[in-house]
Amino acid sequence: MYRGGAGQWAWLLHRLSGLGVLLFLLIHILDTGLVLFGPEVYDRVVKLYTHPVFRVGEVGLAAAVLYHALNGIRITLLDFYPELSPRQRQIFYGVVSLFALAFLPMAYLMLKPLF
Amino acid sequence: MRVKLRIKRFDGEGDREPYWAEYEVEAEPTDRLLDALHAVKWYQDGTLSFRRSCAHGVCGSDAMLINGRNRLACKVLVKDLGERITVEPLRGYPVIKDLVVDQTAFFQKYESVKPYLSPEGEPPARERLQTPEQRERFDDTTKCILCAACTTSCPSFWSNPDYVGPAAIVNAHRFLFDSRDAATAERLAGLNGTDGVWRCRTVFNCVEACPRGIDITRAIGEVKKALLLGRT
Repeated sequence: MYRGGAGQWAWLLHRLSGLGVLLFLLIHILDTGLVLFGPEVYDRVVKLYTHPVFRVGEVGLAAAVLYHALNGIRITLLDFYPELSPRQRQIFYGVVSLFALAFLPMAYLMLKPLF
Repeated sequence: MRVKLRIKRFDGEGDREPYWAEYEVEAEPTDRLLDALHAVKWYQDGTLSFRRSCAHGVCGSDAMLINGRNRLACKVLVKDLGERITVEPLRGYPVIKDLVVDQTAFFQKYESVKPYLSPEGEPPARERLQTPEQRERFDDTTKCILCAACTTSCPSFWSNPDYVGPAAIVNAHRFLFDSRDAATAERLAGLNGTDGVWRCRTVFNCVEACPRGIDITRAIGEVKKALLLGRT
């Protein structure tokens, strides 16, 4: 493993969260497509999503979307204002802070019904 | 201090796979890693191969992967590396022997950006004048020593060896933003392809690896912006 800095981790997380969201979209297209086989099949399969495992998965999905969006703004800023480059690490820490600020209450609200 | 060197070696002939060799040398904390490598080569194992020329951080010959990061062996001090030091050849190019990699592709990319001044019109009788501000515009990218530490630290380059790479873009930037140069359109066109600047994913490994402290991602960003806006 190359021992890169904050920029490398920001990039790796961006890739992983992007792939995670893509995986969700593929599953989502498949489950929505089940309606072609009638409402009973669709309802039975979609009911699976009320299982706690899927609720935890949804928290993961929310985390992936949130990080990808916030870091996407960081990348866009750096693309349009290359002179911000020396500040990229601080901007990344800003992304992480905003992520924590939004994600922790969101995770709490999403997981509360499970307990 | 006693220093343990773990060096990734490759014979370059026969069919032996790359292997790790360990050496122990005595070094001053203020010695450079290059001094420790010399201690191995001169007094323990003369078959160890690595490149070095000026040994003072100017020629760019001895970039290698040191403790997981690209550094010049002649610039990094033993005390900053600890008692166990891992040394590997640069990633992404074929290893010829031990720490020596084949940089043919690296210099082909460099040549592809036409790294020389292409002015317009007849040569003047005297110097081509430039204001201090015009010179300042590309000052950062004049510092490159072509050591390849940036390009071989870049994940985009590892996954696609056709990517022109940070070092070549830095050298394109040096002429793109030079007020005396007239080959802007030609240079920009060459960097606009699928293997040009757009492969940069702003990972910043290049900036962190550069022994000359060039803000490479910024230079690449400025070239991207020039392409987007159609002006330098």
